[in-house]
Amino acid sequence: MTSEPFGDLIDRCRAAEEDLVRRWRADVAASLRGRISEIELDKELREILDAVLSSMSAADGADTRSSAYGEVRALLVDLSRGRALQGFSPRETAISVFALKKAVRESVGVGPEFTAFSDVIDELGLFTFETYTKAREEVISNQAEQLLELATPVVKLWQGVVALPLVGTLDSARAQVVMEKLLQTLVDTGSEYAIIDITGVPAVDTQVAQHLLKTIVAARLMGAECIISGIRPQIAQTIVALGIEFGDIATKATLADALLLALGRIGVDVTAEMSKRGL
Amino acid sequence: MERLPILKIGQMLLVSIQVDLRDDMVVALQEDLADRIVETGARGVVIDITALDIVDSFTGRMLATMAALSRVLDADTVVVGMRPAVAITLVELGLSLDGIKTALDVERGMRLLSLAGGSAR
Amino acid sequence: MTVQELPIAGDADVVRVRQAVRAAAVDAKLSLVDQTKLVTAASELARNTLTYGGGGGAVVEQVQNGLRKGVRAVFRDKGPGIADVAQALTDGFTSGSGMGLGLGGARRLVDEFAIETAPGDGTTVTVVKWAR
Repeated sequence: MTSEPFGDLIDRCRAAEEDLVRRWRADVAASLRGRISEIELDKELREILDAVLSSMSAADGADTRSSAYGEVRALLVDLSRGRALQGFSPRETAISVFALKKAVRESVGVGPEFTAFSDVIDELGLFTFETYTKAREEVISNQAEQLLELATPVVKLWQGVVALPLVGTLDSARAQVVMEKLLQTLVDTGSEYAIIDITGVPAVDTQVAQHLLKTIVAARLMGAECIISGIRPQIAQTIVALGIEFGDIATKATLADALLLALGRIGVDVTAEMSKRGL
Repeated sequence: MERLPILKIGQMLLVSIQVDLRDDMVVALQEDLADRIVETGARGVVIDITALDIVDSFTGRMLATMAALSRVLDADTVVVGMRPAVAITLVELGLSLDGIKTALDVERGMRLLSLAGGSAR
Repeated sequence: MTVQELPIAGDADVVRVRQAVRAAAVDAKLSLVDQTKLVTAASELARNTLTYGGGGGAVVEQVQNGLRKGVRAVFRDKGPGIADVAQALTDGFTSGSGMGLGLGGARRLVDEFAIETAPGDGTTVTVVKWAR
C-alpha cells in the first residue's frame, strides 16, 4: 500500500534497500572519515531509513511535525545529539540526513514523486540541524558552569574563618556566582568571618565593585563580617574615582593581615595556638 | 488566626518562625512581642528566621520595627539564620536593615546578647 | 505548561501566590537565588494588588524563549490605578504600609517588568524572570 504524495517510491525504496543503504552509508562514512565505525553507522542509518519509509507510508503528507513522523524525529534527536556531543561539525551531522536524497536518486531513480520525498528529507535535515544546535548550546552552557565552579574555591583558614582568593578578571556573572558560593559556605561551615582576597584581580568595574559591596551587606544580614584584602593601587583608584562608598568595611593590604584581624576578633591567641600545636 | 509562639529562655525571648508568614500574623507578633517583653522583663530577643525562604519589604519592616520597639523597652534584638538567597534578595530590594544585630544561628545570637549584657551597645 | 490563575482577596492568598510562583520557578530550573528574587517580587506585587487594588488576581505560568525557560507572573486589579507611575516606582514612595520599596524593589528583582495603569482603570503588572 502506498499513500498518494509518494506514489510507489516507498515500495521501490524497500525493494532496493540494500543498494540504497550501501550508497548512503558510503557518502556519510566519507564525510565522517572513520570516526564512527561502519557497523555502527550501518545500524543507525538502517533504523532511520526504516522509520522514514514507515512514516511516509503512514502519513497523509509531508508534514514532518505530524505524529506519524514521531519515531523518525526521535531517532534524529539521538543522532544529532550524539554527533554534537562527539564534536562533529554541523555539516558532518546534517549530511547523514541529506545524503539519503542522493542515494535514492542514484539507486531508485528520479520520478515525479521525488519532489515530495525531497521536501520531507529537507525538513528532516533542518530538524536535525536545530536539534544539533540545541545540544551544542547545552554543552557550552554546561562547560561555562563547570568553569565557574572551578574558578571559585572557598577555603577554610581557621575555625570560623573562610577565604575566597579571587584570581583573574571578574565579570558580573562570575562575581555573582562567586559571592553566592561564599555566602553559602559561611552557613555550611558556621563561619563568622570571610576574607575576600583580590590580589589576583587586575581590575574591577563599577558592576563588580557593586557586587562586592552587596555581598558584604548580605553577609552582614546573615551575621558574618567580610574583610577585603589585596586591593591593588589601580583598583583603589577605581573605587575612589567611581565614588563607591566602602564605608566601615574592613580592608587589609595582605591576606595575612586580614587573617590576623579575623583571628584577633574571634579572640584566638596565635602564640598559644602555636605552642599547643608544637610549632 | 494562628499566632507565632514566643518562648522565654532565661532572660531572653525566642521567636522561631517556622511557617509561611501571613501579614496579619506579622502584625500580631509585633503586638505580642511588646507585651511579652514587658511581662517577662526580658533583656534580649532572638528572632530565628532560618526557616523563612523569603523576606519581603513588609516582613523586613516588621523586623526593623520589632528591633526598635524592644530597644525602647530596654531589650536587644538579634535576627538569626537568614539564608544566603534571602540576604542577597533583601540587598537587591534595597533593604539593609541598618541597626539590626544579626548572627548565623540561635546559639551565636544568644551569645551575642549575653556579651552585650542585655543592653544596646 | 500549566497556567495557574489565583485570586488575591486576603493575606492567605498572598501566601498561596508565593507558593505557586515558587513551584513554577523550581520547575523552570531557576537558581535558588533567582527563585527567591522572583518569589519576593511576587509577594510585593500580590500585596500591592490586595492593599492598593482592593484585591484582584494573579496568573502564573512558565515561559520559554529558545533554550531559556522562565516564569511570568501577571498581577491584575480593578482598583483606583496609579496616577504617577514614575513616582510610584521611586524608592521610599509609599501611600500605605511598607517601606515604599514595593514596586521599585520588585522591578529590581526581575528581568522584565511592565506596568499598565490609569486612574480609575485598575493596574496590571507583568514580571518575567529567566533562568540563567
